[in-house]
Amino acid sequence: MNTFDLANESVRQLNQTLHSNQCKDAEIAVINPGGKHSIAVGAMVNCQVNIDGHVGYYCAGMNQQADIVINGNAGPGLAENMMSGTVRVKGNASQYCAATAHGGLLVVEGDAAARCGISMKGIDIVVQGSIGHMSAFMAQTGRLVVFGDAGDALGDSIYEARIYLQGQPKSLGSDCIEKPMNDEHKQELGELLARANSTGVDISNFRRYGSARELYNFKVDNLSAY
Amino acid sequence: MCGIIGLYSKTPELESKLGQLACDMLRQMTDRGPDSAGFAIYRDQVEDNQVKVTLRLLDDQADIEPIRSRFADKFGESARVEQNANHAVAVLAADKQSVADWIKSELPECVITSIGSAIEIYKEKGLPGDVIDQFGFEAMAATHALGHTRMATESAVTTEHSHPFSTGLDLCLVHNGSLSNHNQLREKLRKDGVEFQTDNDSEVAAGYLTWQLGRGATLKQALEAALEDLDGFYTFAIGTKKGFAVLRDPIACKPAVIAETDDWVAMSSEYRAIAQLPGSEAAKIWEPEPATIYSWGDD
Repeated sequence: MNTFDLANESVRQLNQTLHSNQCKDAEIAVINPGGKHSIAVGAMVNCQVNIDGHVGYYCAGMNQQADIVINGNAGPGLAENMMSGTVRVKGNASQYCAATAHGGLLVVEGDAAARCGISMKGIDIVVQGSIGHMSAFMAQTGRLVVFGDAGDALGDSIYEARIYLQGQPKSLGSDCIEKPMNDEHKQELGELLARANSTGVDISNFRRYGSARELYNFKVDNLSAY
Repeated sequence: MCGIIGLYSKTPELESKLGQLACDMLRQMTDRGPDSAGFAIYRDQVEDNQVKVTLRLLDDQADIEPIRSRFADKFGESARVEQNANHAVAVLAADKQSVADWIKSELPECVITSIGSAIEIYKEKGLPGDVIDQFGFEAMAATHALGHTRMATESAVTTEHSHPFSTGLDLCLVHNGSLSNHNQLREKLRKDGVEFQTDNDSEVAAGYLTWQLGRGATLKQALEAALEDLDGFYTFAIGTKKGFAVLRDPIACKPAVIAETDDWVAMSSEYRAIAQLPGSEAAKIWEPEPATIYSWGDD
């Protein structure tokens, strides 16, 4: 196993390793992260990265293929624009985690703050705690699963992403509505929970939210506004 | 962008190291604010009949001796004036308002950065590390301290525009963010007698709190009113005589982290500042909720 001690080695050294084939299938330990920014950003090969401690901004951004575990909390912009692979945070994640992310799986074992999954474009997110306000704003596709509650304006201006929420939303955003939980949704949720290694959760407690699709098209009734 | 740090000691043992630890935190915030830096240090509380005033000398090369003798002439031989770079701390046996009025009218070569019984505010242009060295913050023992690193977005890079801003007796404010209704609010407050030194938006937030407190509001009431009247983005840290308070705007774009152990409470814009503190890995760490007031101490 390779170990990067960020008290002595630079984040750039770590990230350049993750950009190269030399760490393919390797296990990489990162110690003393000390809240530094941009740790394990842009990984491009299948490898396992274990970060022992709290990380700062933009950890695991643009991740492709790597499995990244953070044994601590994550600062703003976790897994931003992730493409594939998995990111798991044992603690809490700060604002706009998984923003604009295209693929892969993000698991937050604690809470995620405001704007979780903003403009998500295909990623799956499983938050085992609660999420903050304006989460899934303009979420385009992908799935957001939340065990706890959601803050204000959940799913504002949402497109085709699907939200599965066990707790209560403080309020729903514009054009976001509750939708029926059909068998195919229960199956989808079950698969997501299995991928996230989340056990002991009763699928029947979850409700589904998505787009009312009222904001998609121009409405002739609004012609007088122009 | 700006950086904020706050550190509050829960044990007397930590007080001797508080300056050192707060400096370690502030240096981590250099990337967020390389333009200027400032500290509010709470230490050496004066007697009940005394007042402590921190002054900034407008001329960096000014001789302190004439100023010292004028304090002695006015307030008696017990008046102490100690210089620290281009700042000075005066401890006097006098009424706070009369001291403030006298300095404003009789010492045009100085401006008051803080007034109270424990607070001292120092601020200056330049890299945080240089400002720390200039004033020797690391050697200062204190009960608690707030620090700020500034990256100017709304107004000029000058010492006057730097934080912390005094908001009343033993009170100060540091701000990360930008206010959008500060011009309108400044004019309104000026009509009510609040004085401003600059066109800085954060100074308006400080002036607003001063105005609310002057009308008899508690700090909590003043901050609740600020949520209604201040438009823009902010994470505020407010230093009080016995502790500090933290408030984020309802949108909460501007970052903030709070951490607590048995020995200390700390807040910062980022965890990497808190990571400098002993025991930080095992601390209780959380992100303050939007539009929610957090406070320590008895104020």
